[in-house]
Amino acid sequence: MSKYTEDDLKKELEVQEYEYGFYTDIESDTFPAGLSEDIIKAISKKKDEPQWLTDWRLDAYRIWKEMEEPDWANVNYEKPDFNAISYYSAPKSVDPNKTLDDVDPELLKTFEKLGISLDEQKKLSGVAVDIIVDSVSVATTFKKTLGEKGIIFCSMSEAVKEHPELVRKYLGTVVPKTDNFYAALNSAVFTDGSFCYIPKGVRCPMELSTYFRINEGGTGQFERTLVIADESSYVSYLEGCTAPARDENQLHAAVVELISMDDAEIKYSTVQNWFPGSKEGKGGVFNFVTKRGICHNRAKISWTQVETGSAITWKYPSCILKGDDSVGEFYSIAVTNNYQQADTGTKMIHLGNNTKSTIISKGVSAGFSQNSYRGLVHISPRAKNARNFSQCDSLLMGDQCGAHTFPYIEVKNNTAKIEHEATTSKIGEEQLFYCNQRGINTEKAIALIVNGFSKDVLNKLPMEFAVEAQKLLEISLEGSVG
Amino acid sequence: MELKEKLVASFMAFENRGNVDLDSKVHQVRTEAFEFFEKNDFPTKRDENWKYTSLKSVLKHDYNVFPKKENTLEFKDVKKYFIHDLDSYKIVFIDGVYSSFLSETTHEGFDICLMSSALKMEKYSGVMEKYFNKIAPKETLTSLNTAFADEGAYIKIGNNTVVPRPIQVINFSTGAEKDIIIQPRNLVIVGENSQVQIIERHQSLTEDHKTFTNSVTEIFADKSSIVDYYKIQNDLETSSLIDGTYIEQQEKSVVNVSTFSFGGKLTRNNLVFHQQGSRTESNLNGISILDGKQHVDNQTLVKHNSPDCESNEMYKGIYAGKSKGVFGGKIIVDQIAQRINAFQKNNSILIGEKSEINAKPQLEIFADDVKCSHGCTIGQLDEDALFYLQSRGIPKKEAKALLLFAFGNDVLEKIKIPQLKSRIRKQIAKSLKVNLEFEW
Repeated sequence: MSKYTEDDLKKELEVQEYEYGFYTDIESDTFPAGLSEDIIKAISKKKDEPQWLTDWRLDAYRIWKEMEEPDWANVNYEKPDFNAISYYSAPKSVDPNKTLDDVDPELLKTFEKLGISLDEQKKLSGVAVDIIVDSVSVATTFKKTLGEKGIIFCSMSEAVKEHPELVRKYLGTVVPKTDNFYAALNSAVFTDGSFCYIPKGVRCPMELSTYFRINEGGTGQFERTLVIADESSYVSYLEGCTAPARDENQLHAAVVELISMDDAEIKYSTVQNWFPGSKEGKGGVFNFVTKRGICHNRAKISWTQVETGSAITWKYPSCILKGDDSVGEFYSIAVTNNYQQADTGTKMIHLGNNTKSTIISKGVSAGFSQNSYRGLVHISPRAKNARNFSQCDSLLMGDQCGAHTFPYIEVKNNTAKIEHEATTSKIGEEQLFYCNQRGINTEKAIALIVNGFSKDVLNKLPMEFAVEAQKLLEISLEGSVG
Repeated sequence: MELKEKLVASFMAFENRGNVDLDSKVHQVRTEAFEFFEKNDFPTKRDENWKYTSLKSVLKHDYNVFPKKENTLEFKDVKKYFIHDLDSYKIVFIDGVYSSFLSETTHEGFDICLMSSALKMEKYSGVMEKYFNKIAPKETLTSLNTAFADEGAYIKIGNNTVVPRPIQVINFSTGAEKDIIIQPRNLVIVGENSQVQIIERHQSLTEDHKTFTNSVTEIFADKSSIVDYYKIQNDLETSSLIDGTYIEQQEKSVVNVSTFSFGGKLTRNNLVFHQQGSRTESNLNGISILDGKQHVDNQTLVKHNSPDCESNEMYKGIYAGKSKGVFGGKIIVDQIAQRINAFQKNNSILIGEKSEINAKPQLEIFADDVKCSHGCTIGQLDEDALFYLQSRGIPKKEAKALLLFAFGNDVLEKIKIPQLKSRIRKQIAKSLKVNLEFEW
């Protein structure tokens, strides 16, 4: 075998870089850039929304206008110009009575490129998918099968029309409009998203999945996801995202709300693979997302995320452990390469008695990237016997990158037991040597070690995702060997 | 009058007292610091570094900036605040004014004397220019101290010198007249291959009036020097202390700072290490045992600016009553600082039902060949261990104290002065309200 030189590696990198960076030429219906009350009214009208939702949006917009963009995160970027973004973009050929056959063939090709052929998916993997391109949901599969169980899984716009009582009751209860700058913006302009309701005592028979894609240039994506698991139900929910490679920065400001009623369990997994920007740090998606779940008595919410994409990641999937004996979990791998920046972590707010939370966060930084873990464990004065275990490990590759941890621990009850540990180190020379010695080249050895390092988190992913995530890790880190 | 306004007004008076050389560098530094203070407000909870500590209750009092008259104390009255069975040098201040009667200073071989003379006398001007206010950061409270820097301990050890006796620096406040603000300013310069041990204490003697101490210490440790610095904070519940200790270390130097917080209404420790030379070692130790409504905030920062260095940090806290503890430990590893070992540990036990702890261990790492870790635990005494001791006839209270003692022992073991160690042990026993009649 010829020697693998640095040039080979470079070439490979240029090709391998971001395989989802294509752009599909579908006719789309895009609003002019800019944000005003009129635009919001227009979005609302376009989507045929009831008056209460229009008012809700306008209210959020007014709140947002008063807010200042936060800058406490450990990231540097040029602030997006909110008037240069188009807040509504939809593939033109969306038909309200859509079936798979009606979907624009160009669009279907996009999905095939993404590796999700809807037909195949339908038959083989048994995963119900809701796909959102730019701002609008284009296809939801498996609806009928789910409907028999009473499970509602549809796009947000559909939910607004068909189940307004549920949407109205729960929308904004976990992430209020006033929560933060980006949540307020999202509340004002969100165009679509997924809605999921699992009735009492139902165990969702398959994984539910949403796929997000930003296609059009100059647009932002603002989707809103609402998952409600009624008493004693169970659902596993997957989310994946990609975007075309563009020179400009695109904004993705989503809100995800999870509600886990008494004895219910929600497992929410994300593989986030937005376009991370070029090698020089140009372009890429700004991913400013608010994700939060609330647990009632004996309920459980488990967040698992694999973060490999986006130029800037800024998100903290959180759990409010309101009910007694509720459980919150957070498993995360964040990989940054080149000029990516990630500031991510979780918040565990313990309010009920005997609440438990686990945080496992693994960060891998390479190239010129900065990777931060920021977390909060809060034990309120009334939360008796709360228990938390946190572990944040960082792996550094190359001397130009950084790894940071900012854990906040606030304990106001003397029955709490909190453990937190964090380590930062590089891949051991001995480990690499051991692999080399057994004929595994350095590149592969690193992938192997990183996979081992992330195993705790990868194990928590559903099967289909775990394979994809492992591959993603490898691709993201390619060429980071110094 | 607001404290700030009062301080601003006092500064003019302070500089006009006639003994200030207006052309001197020191005067310039003070004026700049004062301007900074004037422009910036006292920190509030909105500042990230003060998120968990509010100064409101401290700043609301009408403090006397300059004590009106000189107060004297009899040694027998204050003997207990000294580690009296220890042969040591002593620098003692009463209400911010030097007490030659209680002190024992020297110029033989090394300088253990006063900041006021170092600031004024011509022969020290070179040293002052090189070291004074060089590593104290531009922050409101430190600048305030710099602006009013006038008195404190000045310790300068030349090269290749081992100071044979520890140095005790004690600040008494008598509170004889009214509420008082004291701002000691210390400077410690340790030459190559030299060694020194320093014990620092702030003590108020009356509960009639409030004392607010805003102290700043700068320590420069030259190549291969060893500095041990012990801080005893066991003040009355009417006094508050803000202590800033800033340390610069050169190659192969070892600096150990131990902080023992057992009292005071509000204690805030800002402890900053700058590792400027390779192969330096910094050790930070601390025990806080609090009760009542006491509040202790330990903020530490270790800046690894050079390769091949090490830092070890261990802070333990026992919180009873409604006391509140804050721990902020930051470790920054610079890009050129490869092969760093940095360890940090923070353990807290919450005893009081209303007690509270806020911890924020933080790592910021820009170099890749490092081993950094931090661990943080918060919990209670082990019920099984307690039961074990009780089943062997040890009363519950003593059993608890024993376990708490063991909990803090890691830190105690680091004390190198035996007399100080036994004193701290007794103090811990007192804090835990037990009488442990056995030798350790």
